Amino acid sequence: MDLLNGFVALANFVLIPAIAYGSQLALGALGVTLIYGILRFSNFAHGDTMAVGTMFAVLTTWGLQAMGVGLGPFPTALLAIPFGILGATGIVLLTDRYVYRFYRAQKAKPVILVIVSMGVMFIYNGFTRIIIGPDDQRFADGERFVISARDFKEMTGLAEGLSLRTSQVITVITAIVVVAILFWFLNKTRTGKSMRAFSDNEDLALLSGINPERVVLVTWLIVASLATVAGVLYGLDKSFKPFTYFQLLLPIFAAAIVGGMGNPLGAIAGGFVIAFSEVGITYAWKKVLGYLMPPALQPDGLMQMLSTEYKFAISFVILVIVLLFRPTGLFRGKSL
Amino acid sequence: MNKILTATAACALMAGGAFAGSHTNDIKMGIILGFTGPIESLSPAMATGAEMAITEVSDSGMLLDGATVSPVRVDSTCVDSAAATAAAERLITSDGIKAMMGPDCSGVTGAVLANVAVPNGMVMISPSATSPALSEAEDNGLFFRTAPSDARQGQILAQILNDKGISSVAVTYTNNDYGKGFSDAFEAAFEEAGGTVTLTAPHEDGKADYSAEVGALASAGGDALVVLGYVDQGGAGVIQGALDSGAFDMFALGDGMIGDGLTDAFGSDLDGTIGTAPGSDNEGTAKFAEMAEAAGIDGTSVYAGESYDAAALMLLAMAAAGSSEPGDYVDQIQMVANAPGETIMPGELAKALEILADGGDVDYQGATGVEFVGSGEAAGSYAEYLVEDGALTVVGYR
Repeated sequence: MDLLNGFVALANFVLIPAIAYGSQLALGALGVTLIYGILRFSNFAHGDTMAVGTMFAVLTTWGLQAMGVGLGPFPTALLAIPFGILGATGIVLLTDRYVYRFYRAQKAKPVILVIVSMGVMFIYNGFTRIIIGPDDQRFADGERFVISARDFKEMTGLAEGLSLRTSQVITVITAIVVVAILFWFLNKTRTGKSMRAFSDNEDLALLSGINPERVVLVTWLIVASLATVAGVLYGLDKSFKPFTYFQLLLPIFAAAIVGGMGNPLGAIAGGFVIAFSEVGITYAWKKVLGYLMPPALQPDGLMQMLSTEYKFAISFVILVIVLLFRPTGLFRGKSL
Repeated sequence: MNKILTATAACALMAGGAFAGSHTNDIKMGIILGFTGPIESLSPAMATGAEMAITEVSDSGMLLDGATVSPVRVDSTCVDSAAATAAAERLITSDGIKAMMGPDCSGVTGAVLANVAVPNGMVMISPSATSPALSEAEDNGLFFRTAPSDARQGQILAQILNDKGISSVAVTYTNNDYGKGFSDAFEAAFEEAGGTVTLTAPHEDGKADYSAEVGALASAGGDALVVLGYVDQGGAGVIQGALDSGAFDMFALGDGMIGDGLTDAFGSDLDGTIGTAPGSDNEGTAKFAEMAEAAGIDGTSVYAGESYDAAALMLLAMAAAGSSEPGDYVDQIQMVANAPGETIMPGELAKALEILADGGDVDYQGATGVEFVGSGEAAGSYAEYLVEDGALTVVGYR
């Protein structure tokens, strides 16, 4: 019984939150890594691209809710995702047309593009705040829980509760579907293959007749979709606030770099590594160990490796360690 | 030559203007509040509260041979100490204020006190800085506050929990001067009364996700979770996380958590939760609320009454000292605030000025029942809240 209680506590406070958070990070990191692999720069505006896409989705959600359209137990925001993607794609393509294309034509160095993307980041930042404001927005509706902690306790008679939110389930399922589609697209379709060729060797790809503008266009389309999906899932699971999306940039980049920049598989692995480290290292293991250890060995302290204030520092530390010992990342992406 | 002449003439004109200005018998009072930043929604009512007292005194014409008083508003930002210090400096050097009402948040109040008020010998009364650390700040006797220190609120919250028979709690506080001071005070009081604090964990405001914080708090355990944060910030996020994961279902809340946003968000999930916030049931409060309504603000808005009292106290002290110089009237503030003397309610400032002019003594009660203790801070009275059927209700005063 103790063993079961311990596992339930672990699942409730570590496994489930970390898996949901990891999926959101993985989707974000995929966008970053695609831009890096194909357009060859680190896109600092990615966090705010997520915010822009989510903003459009939130506005659409409100519209749908006002019209009485809903999905029953599922959040209405799922219906709004396509509109969010449309909005984000529009903005991103406009930016590419008037900003990035100019630097691409000049064959600007990646570091210049990084700074340019920072400028874009600030503009998106302001754009989101002007339209929807800097405050927290809640747009989740539908059934909040698949299983709530109280129900679980009553059902099983265990001392520990297990809660599973609808948003967490949706996050994981959506992430799996999106990733599957992305990999199918990159590996099986003609356009996907030409993108990978372009990423591997730009000159060779151009010689074999691949249209670079088309590759760029498709890349932005995919990135805007990934960003919006990641943003909406994050917003559903937590809440939508422009500033937190800006802050997400750090764990997302850490995830992409840990996995190996330019490597999509690595981005996913990196997302989970970062999420599990953040949650696991700041979790106080006293309760779980109290169930699992024999009484004589039960800890008196909280068994918390790092206080929760340092949550964001963990991404930094992992980043530094990876860059020191394996600069190409776990999955051998391009070395930064 | 011509240029020098013009310049001299211009200088003379300007000097003349300044000279004339200093003779019009107008006393300026600085109102430094967070018109932008985290408490921007509270500041307008607070400023209007202070200006109500200023207008009342000014219109009576009984302060220092008919001196008028005019307010000068500046922005403290609540969080940016450098900006607040610069604004306060400007009030003294360029506006020539004689009294300072504010600042509001504890952090900027400490900065303005140390960097501006003490070096310039300016009297300041904060209506809302509640950090216990300010009690020990080096102030040369120039600093007062009409809001009670959180040390007091910490004791009261501990007392309520103790009365309810709760003996072990986990504490989370918002990571700033207010939260840290409050939680230190609460912890000390609670442990002194024989309770156990299993974990004290800060949380940062403005994050989307508090599952790590909630996980740690849940692991530490306790009969209740004490949340000393802000209702529209991290405090609500922590409660949400705790409810979602089933970690706690009983909460004890500080004043920053008491608001409609709380029950709007959680409703009856919070039934049984207790909380404290400054509040009293004295007659001045009701009277001030009436006056405030006439002035177009909500008199029950947090710290509006404290602001009225802060401004009124400085003006009454000027009358008692017969001088508007900070160095002269500072000693009179305690005297007009506390017994003995005629009790003064809000709206009776003219009466108080008259008594003081005749050499009498007043006991200013004002909107919040001001009573200064220790080094010039309000003793304070607190309302005890209980969440019942998804609504906040006041169950008593302590």
